Amino acid sequence: MSAGPMVKAEAVHKSFGRLEVLRGIDLEVNPKEVMCMIGPSGSGKSTFLRCINHLEKIDAGRLSVDGELVGYRQRGDKLYELPDREVCQKRSEIGMVFQHFNLFPHMTALENLIEAPIRVKKASRSTAVAYARALLDRVGLADKTNAYPKQLSGGQQQRVAIARALAMDPKLMLFDEPTSALDPELVGEVLDVMRRLAQDGMTMVVVTHEMGFAREVGDTLVFMDGGVIVEAGKPRDVLANPQQERTRSFLSKVL
Amino acid sequence: MTDIASGPAAPGSQAGPRPEAIKAIPVRHPWRWVSGALVLAFAGDIVYTFATAPDLRWDQVWKWLSGRLILEGIVITLELTVLAMLIGIVLGIVLAVMRLSPSPVMSWVSWLYIWFFRGTPVLVQIFFWFNLNTVLPHIGIGIPGTPLHWQESTNLLISAFTAATLGLGLNEAAYMAEIVRAGIISVEQGQTEAAQALGMNRLQLMRRIVLPQAMRVIIPPTGNETISMLKTTSLASIAAVPELFTRSEQIANFTFLVIELAIVASIWYLAMTTVLTIGQYYVERYFARGAQRELPPTPFQRFRRMLFTFHAPPPPVPDVSVSFPPGRR
Repeated sequence: MSAGPMVKAEAVHKSFGRLEVLRGIDLEVNPKEVMCMIGPSGSGKSTFLRCINHLEKIDAGRLSVDGELVGYRQRGDKLYELPDREVCQKRSEIGMVFQHFNLFPHMTALENLIEAPIRVKKASRSTAVAYARALLDRVGLADKTNAYPKQLSGGQQQRVAIARALAMDPKLMLFDEPTSALDPELVGEVLDVMRRLAQDGMTMVVVTHEMGFAREVGDTLVFMDGGVIVEAGKPRDVLANPQQERTRSFLSKVL
Repeated sequence: MTDIASGPAAPGSQAGPRPEAIKAIPVRHPWRWVSGALVLAFAGDIVYTFATAPDLRWDQVWKWLSGRLILEGIVITLELTVLAMLIGIVLGIVLAVMRLSPSPVMSWVSWLYIWFFRGTPVLVQIFFWFNLNTVLPHIGIGIPGTPLHWQESTNLLISAFTAATLGLGLNEAAYMAEIVRAGIISVEQGQTEAAQALGMNRLQLMRRIVLPQAMRVIIPPTGNETISMLKTTSLASIAAVPELFTRSEQIANFTFLVIELAIVASIWYLAMTTVLTIGQYYVERYFARGAQRELPPTPFQRFRRMLFTFHAPPPPVPDVSVSFPPGRR
């Protein structure tokens, strides 16, 4: 791991057709830091998150993870696209948690966890299973090892999804509105898991609408609107004392 | 809030006594009885006409039903079905993946293949393979400019059986490709993204994540295709492949029992498609695991349960929170 920031974005631009979704994002996430991103829907938060592990390609600017460009290699002043193999390799070091969990429905919780370690990291089955059991225990689901996703509640599914990402031993975790699809009474159990993960020193980028979580757990808070960062700073400062009019009007609607 | 909480349905309050179950006189449907009787009478008449047709030799039907020639024909029919479906499924998956490939060449070749083989009749395709030797006496493969070369007489290479298998299989691949493609497309985009985010490559995510889920959509039409294939193999008679229909025709030619032998063939085709239909049910059930909380009971299980609980009260609603993984009893 290099000493620099875990995620570094410089003037990141991204368009879908004629729609410009990201219009120059600059930010840094340092190791062991938790960055929360808030903003109205369509502001580009999720798109930016997906750029970090190259699920989306950026059009302009520079985006790097752990000191290496995402999706490209620079030689001299030329950029070379990375071959699929290397893109996969880099993705395997970044965990991602989705709004709709996206667990593999034809596999049990345990099978969901061991799939990538065995196929991608070429771990032995016994090692993968042992680690998966430990992780399921850590997210409080040791008794659901052999349950299929459909047999679990939304909160349990999301905790399995977090464990699945952790099974790859990522150096960075991306959360894309991890509690937005959950019934209100299930949000807490997922946030608890994420809080503990932050305490253990995981570097996290969290797109969320949970202001309480952002305030307690986040090291930085970024407010995005219209594809740009409107305001960033310590969560407490931004939430309690927003400097920008747009931030104020957004917060007045959600708080 | 307090006025709601103090209402009659307040949480924690006792449910009232259960009123007597409704007993009502059902609506009568006289026309259902009339139309039902008419249809039954008509169907019964058809059966009766055939059963008592004076010139129809039922004794010959029963005699030939288990004739050695017929049974040998059945083996060939089954071989043709299995081989053609194998070619169809394997090639169909390849074509479907090619069709969805980011490479335009792959996608176009697949499109062309499907266009061609779906656009011409199977009968003509079997005919084509069977008569290929008339224009290409030898078929070979090799790398130009090297001594690596191999060729063989078309007659030896493509027997009647091979011609039929190729015709049926290559044609089936075009249909299977579309079925597999529909299955792949039906899998949620989020599944692909989750697999990609874990670092899986295209092959891994296809084989481990997408295809197993696509199976649920692919299996039912594939079952239909198999059943359909079993009957379509009768077209191999144009290449004189001694399958069930060819054999029954040949027997009819020297016994003059034309309809009798057609009935023999039909009985066997029906028996085999029935077995396949039952098999299809269980295969579908297997691939439904994970899609439902609990698999529905098989007809056999339902029958057994009915026998034992015929007059018993309905079974309690199962507690889903402790339900076991399906398919592991």
